Amino acid sequence: MDTDDEFMSTVSSEDDMLPDDSDNDISGDDDFGFDDEPDPDLGIQQDIGQNKRAPYDVSFRVYEPQDIQQQQDVLIDEVNMILNISKEESAILLRHFRWNKERLLEQYMDHREKALEAAGLSQTTSAPPKLEVIPGFCCDICCEDEEGLQSFALKCGHRFCVDCYRHYLGQKIREEGEAARIQCPAEGCNIIIDARSLDLLVTAELTERYHKLLNRTYVEDKETLKWCPAPDCQNAIECGIKKKDLTRIVPTVACSCSHRFCFGCILNDHQPAPCELVKKWLKKCADDSETANWISANTKECPKCNSTIEKNGGCNHMTCRKCKHEFCWMCMGLWSEHGTSWYNCNRFEEKSGTDARDAQAKSRVSLERYLHYYNRYANHEQSARLDKDLFAKTEKKMVQLQKESGMSWIEVQYLSAASMALQTCRQTLMWTYAFAFYLARNNLTTIFEDNQKDLELAVESLSEMFEKPVTELADSRLKVDIMDKTSYCNKRRIILLDDTARNLSEGKWIFNVEFSNPTPISGPSSRK
Amino acid sequence: MSSSKRITKELNDCLTSPPPSITITLPSESNISLWHITLTAPPESIYSGGKFGLIVQFPPEYPFKPPTITFATRIYHPNITNETNGSICLSLLKTDNWKPSTKIVTVLEAIRQLLVEPQPDDPLETRIAEQYKNERKEFEKEARAYVGRYAKGPVQFGTEAGAATTGGEGQQQQQQVS
Ligand SMILES: [Zn+2]
Ligand SMILES: [Zn+2]
Ligand SMILES: [Zn+2]
Ligand SMILES: [Zn+2]
Ligand SMILES: [Zn+2]
Ligand SMILES: [Zn+2]
Repeated sequence: MDTDDEFMSTVSSEDDMLPDDSDNDISGDDDFGFDDEPDPDLGIQQDIGQNKRAPYDVSFRVYEPQDIQQQQDVLIDEVNMILNISKEESAILLRHFRWNKERLLEQYMDHREKALEAAGLSQTTSAPPKLEVIPGFCCDICCEDEEGLQSFALKCGHRFCVDCYRHYLGQKIREEGEAARIQCPAEGCNIIIDARSLDLLVTAELTERYHKLLNRTYVEDKETLKWCPAPDCQNAIECGIKKKDLTRIVPTVACSCSHRFCFGCILNDHQPAPCELVKKWLKKCADDSETANWISANTKECPKCNSTIEKNGGCNHMTCRKCKHEFCWMCMGLWSEHGTSWYNCNRFEEKSGTDARDAQAKSRVSLERYLHYYNRYANHEQSARLDKDLFAKTEKKMVQLQKESGMSWIEVQYLSAASMALQTCRQTLMWTYAFAFYLARNNLTTIFEDNQKDLELAVESLSEMFEKPVTELADSRLKVDIMDKTSYCNKRRIILLDDTARNLSEGKWIFNVEFSNPTPISGPSSRK
Repeated sequence: MSSSKRITKELNDCLTSPPPSITITLPSESNISLWHITLTAPPESIYSGGKFGLIVQFPPEYPFKPPTITFATRIYHPNITNETNGSICLSLLKTDNWKPSTKIVTVLEAIRQLLVEPQPDDPLETRIAEQYKNERKEFEKEARAYVGRYAKGPVQFGTEAGAATTGGEGQQQQQQVS
């Protein structure tokens, strides 16, 4: 990390070399597009309507490993041609300049020696690297001096025996995961080992790992690129959203491996809550886990007859086996009232001022308020999990259903679509509660709560249908209902996200916590 | 690859031309990987007049991994933990920065230099670092008091792996002093 910081500071200290930042931002900011794309006239594009995105949507691209390799090769070839230096040296320079070709070229033209020195490439000799036996050589690392000892030196001339070099490189690559900035083993020497020298010294297995690590730096060095965090996924996502945009948009991206995550913080999709609130919320939940733990328990008692009720699917509409009392798992209220306009399961009724006069009452109310939102947040998280488990079972039954009912594979896919909708909608609902916890009341919160309630009711009723036994699922009327409800859920989710994202981008939400207040997205430069 | 050849060479070099204000002893003749160092504080430092015990442990992977160095004598310093066997924050010794060709004399010299010039922006003891930056007089007073309390008289090397047989006593004595 230390070396990294130093590196950053060498780069940033050369501010005079940097292109004016504000120029760079225009294309990136007003449509969250890509920086490196030439910016055609935005007005025309918007008229065509093709590029018009929903306010909760960001544009992004998925790159597979070979794409990432190819992008690097293209840049290396360009630098290699323009500066007439070897590909190895071009690669080292590019990595040093964090793959910013323009800055590299500018600096190389103006201060060639300084640029080479900083990148760890001093005086250039184009002779290929080779192992040598030098009479009278004594290795400074292991102190061996036997005759015929093979040794190697980079351009700096610091010579070490091959065994020591190999050991050193092996440790850097295998244990420390270093590749782009492995220096000469000599004390105080910052010459960087190049790929050709490395190939000469280490085993093929290690070379492969080295190149993998080099590829990683390409993605890690670019602000517009991030690895898909899904385990075993090798893809990277490109997105133009910058850190400072994160108070205005929640940039959810979807990898081709189907993993959906936030480009800003790499956590799973957390729309509509902005990254900063998500971080606060997760911290709060972790800190308060003692108080809140009881909520995520799988069993509760029936509010009427007190018999224990276990939840086995995601549905929150509970029916007591014993007394047939129907109630809501989240608020324990009567289920029959949930569809009505006066009932609010999702909204926390703020107590009147008189109630919260003394400090004790205040802290009780604030705990109640937190628990209200946490309860629902945790519940949707749990329900999403339960729905998923249920789907795993259902999937097996789908095969059965196919056989028994004579439906084709494609005809039973509506269950898979329903499951997907449940997952995504619950994910969204979960975060609406974290979002709501930090939301201060204004004239927009009612609309938000209504949207939340509508989505929640739709999800619960889909969830309920989904829990039906396979024999009933085969019923074509239920099938149609499930398909309708699935698309309705998805629609309600879009409506909610659209509303929250629009208000977020326009800075209309008021939060009851400190929230880095954003500057308006349409800065003066974007109004053409 | 054995590290003993390298350590032996470094030890011989140190014994034939000893680095300034440093004496090296081996607590056990059979274990060349454990050194006891007595460092006389540089006269230009606030710790002048004190003698500090340092324990150097060379790992089996030496010189590809850095040696571990601790202060056996307590010292009031922003970059050294305020305890017996105080650890040192020295960028030279961090795995990322360590170079296998770096010699122990260089490291010892860097530690000596750290006594002359603490690095409060990279502290191990934040409170002491703050004091060093903001209330220099107070810091110096406390640092000198520590020298008087712990760093006068024969240097004790306390307990640590490899010297466990004789170590217990030394630490007890140190604790009695405090
Ligand atoms: Zn060697
Ligand atoms: Zn070198
Ligand atoms: Zn992926
Ligand atoms: Zn995020
Ligand atoms: Zn009951
Ligand atoms: Zn309810």
